[in-house]
Amino acid sequence: MAKIIVVTSGKGGVGKTTTSASFATGLAMRGHKTAVIDFDVGLRNLDLIMGVERRVVFDFVNVINGEATLKQALIKDKHLDKLHILAASQTRDKDALTTEGVEKVLNDLAQDFDFIVCDSPAGIERGAFLAMYFADEALVVTNPEVSSVRDSDRVLGILSSKARLAEKGETKVKEHLVLTRYNPARVAKGEMLSLEDVKEILAIPLLGVVPESSSVLTCSNSGVPVIREEGSDAGLAYQDLVARFLGDEVPHRFITEQKKGLFSKLFGAT
Amino acid sequence: MDWLKFFRAEKNNTAKTAKDRLMLAVAYQRSGQANGPAYLPRLREELLGVVRKYIQVPDEAVQFSVQREGGLEVLELNITLPDQ
Repeated sequence: MAKIIVVTSGKGGVGKTTTSASFATGLAMRGHKTAVIDFDVGLRNLDLIMGVERRVVFDFVNVINGEATLKQALIKDKHLDKLHILAASQTRDKDALTTEGVEKVLNDLAQDFDFIVCDSPAGIERGAFLAMYFADEALVVTNPEVSSVRDSDRVLGILSSKARLAEKGETKVKEHLVLTRYNPARVAKGEMLSLEDVKEILAIPLLGVVPESSSVLTCSNSGVPVIREEGSDAGLAYQDLVARFLGDEVPHRFITEQKKGLFSKLFGAT
Repeated sequence: MDWLKFFRAEKNNTAKTAKDRLMLAVAYQRSGQANGPAYLPRLREELLGVVRKYIQVPDEAVQFSVQREGGLEVLELNITLPDQ
């Protein structure tokens, strides 16, 4: 039986799609058969971040409407056999996603995948709600910034009351904090909320801290999930995060300021 | 006088301000007022009116919260009576 993980945040632009792409890629790199689904109907983007935008023929809504089979719509990653992508539709019809339709697709995927990663759209509207509804676990992506933290708290409230597991009342969705765009130097100066602050406010276990990194943008430019970028701090942070998710004990990195040597100060090496 | 800032580092700790503001915002959200039923503010006003028939209490003396315990939604109402 597959495990369904939603990547959510409430606020837009905090790194949900970046996290979904790298997290799913990481799980596949570790040998797990993984499908990643873009729930952002109307504003498809995961395909670009994964570098498969030219291979999208059928999408999520096509499968729900029976216009294509799941097999036709799943895009197999070029580098990783075990990684498959299901693109969002670009339809402007807000009601294209139905609870029954989403449930059927997830059930079908669960037959032969180990992990299903649901990339939620921003907000708490239908697409975001459906991405969360069937989840077993949730990665709550948060920036150390007031609006992002408040929105994450709001999303946590919805997860604990409205998700399917919560409705059944047996167990609850397992929540993980993913703190992204973290800048330890600014934290040290008192200019940015610290990891401890965010942990204290949201009160959920930390899965990983991803430092603010120039490679996130350059990787998205070329359609490569940042986890694949060798030597990138954000990439390494995502590798650690995936390992922790799979149960490895990995110490947290990138949470304290790296003092730059004179050489890198002068020549700007990162 | 930029160098003076060095001695006033405490005052410029905006992260601290952010945390304090967030604690309040999040407490409000969790109290259930943000995601509780739409009639909650009116209910609060009317109950406050009834209480005031008998005893004068300030606005903040009445605390409302909606909590979920298991499958149940619990409305909790706390009225702090003033010292006589």
